[in-house]
Amino acid sequence: MVVSCEQVWREVSNYIDGEVDPALRLAIEEHVRGCPQCDAVLTGTRNVVELYGDERMLEVPFGFGQRLHRRLDESMPRPRRSFLGWMATAAAAVLVAGSFEIVRSLHSHSPQPRSELAQRGKGVPPDLKVVAAEEGRLFHVPGCEFIHDKTKLRAMTAAEAERQGYAPCPRCLKQYLTADEISAPKGVSS
Amino acid sequence: MEQFNEAALLRRVLAGEYDLFYELVRPYERRVYAAAFAILRNEADAEDVAQEAVLKAFKHIRQFRAESRFSTWLIQITVNEARMRRRKAHANLMEPIAGREDEEGNYAPRDFADWREIPSETLERKEVRQKLAEALAELGQIYREVFVLRDMQHLSIEETAKALGISTASVKTRLLRARLMLRDLLAPGLGGGWSSKLSFAKGTKPW
Repeated sequence: MVVSCEQVWREVSNYIDGEVDPALRLAIEEHVRGCPQCDAVLTGTRNVVELYGDERMLEVPFGFGQRLHRRLDESMPRPRRSFLGWMATAAAAVLVAGSFEIVRSLHSHSPQPRSELAQRGKGVPPDLKVVAAEEGRLFHVPGCEFIHDKTKLRAMTAAEAERQGYAPCPRCLKQYLTADEISAPKGVSS
Repeated sequence: MEQFNEAALLRRVLAGEYDLFYELVRPYERRVYAAAFAILRNEADAEDVAQEAVLKAFKHIRQFRAESRFSTWLIQITVNEARMRRRKAHANLMEPIAGREDEEGNYAPRDFADWREIPSETLERKEVRQKLAEALAELGQIYREVFVLRDMQHLSIEETAKALGISTASVKTRLLRARLMLRDLLAPGLGGGWSSKLSFAKGTKPW
């Protein structure tokens, strides 16, 4: 079988997808070996498929997943309860709240910081979007050059970061910290 | 690491553990956004539509039939939502010229620049990803939709056809054109050396 350039162009996509019969495949390969133009078309088209098929081309805006999760969470149906059910829930809530208050009065309510060297920030806006490394101790503004391990970053709000025991980076969040907090010993990085 | 079991997760959601729905969607959230963006070409609209599509999927989860993949069903909802949004916004008035091309007839390559194989590591460079995104935006709507679902989201020909509501023959025709047009757009720049400017960056189209 002999194929023309036009036939090669018409079948190049099917060829790349492995959807041409063996005879046509051989004919295309034979043609391409002797035709630089069709060779360029085939190689280039394959490059297109290769490059765009890479996961890195599917970029989403920063915080997309978090916002999607929040919106979904807000839309979740809450289970219906009978009046007695509501009363029982309310009573339980009062008891739990009371217990918490007692425990809080006995112990500090703050979670343990991940590093004893890291000082907790007072003035970081709780809704500020920040990132923190899995194994790190500090949270940062996205893009902070002092993030030590940039491969395992998680996005969250500053409030969530603090709840999880992370402390604010004294470099990128300097504006929100007191002088004492900023003077946390050097070398404390995520 | 816990093995992700979509079918089991789905059963639990259907049994009333609604909080698990996000876990079901999470592996596909990037694809949902990409499908919406391919149609709307606007980040804010794409995100909004992606959220709407996921909410709609949750609302209609009992209509999902296991004979198709959950991801395909989710993408199909997203495509429909994005198309509706686009119709409302009359965005078709801004469709690139390429989108109005007749999809019948053969497409002949316009440029034979020799584009040797390039390593995927080049995608680490933001400017390369940017060039690829710009080229994709140059395609007409019908070609971009097919290309994104088939080549970027790796749906099969049949799944792409189902998600877009077109025949498999149309998918193949549009896919061929999309790939060749992208090659024409990118080969002179990427094949001719990283320092050279892409032809479409100068405002000219090679076809």
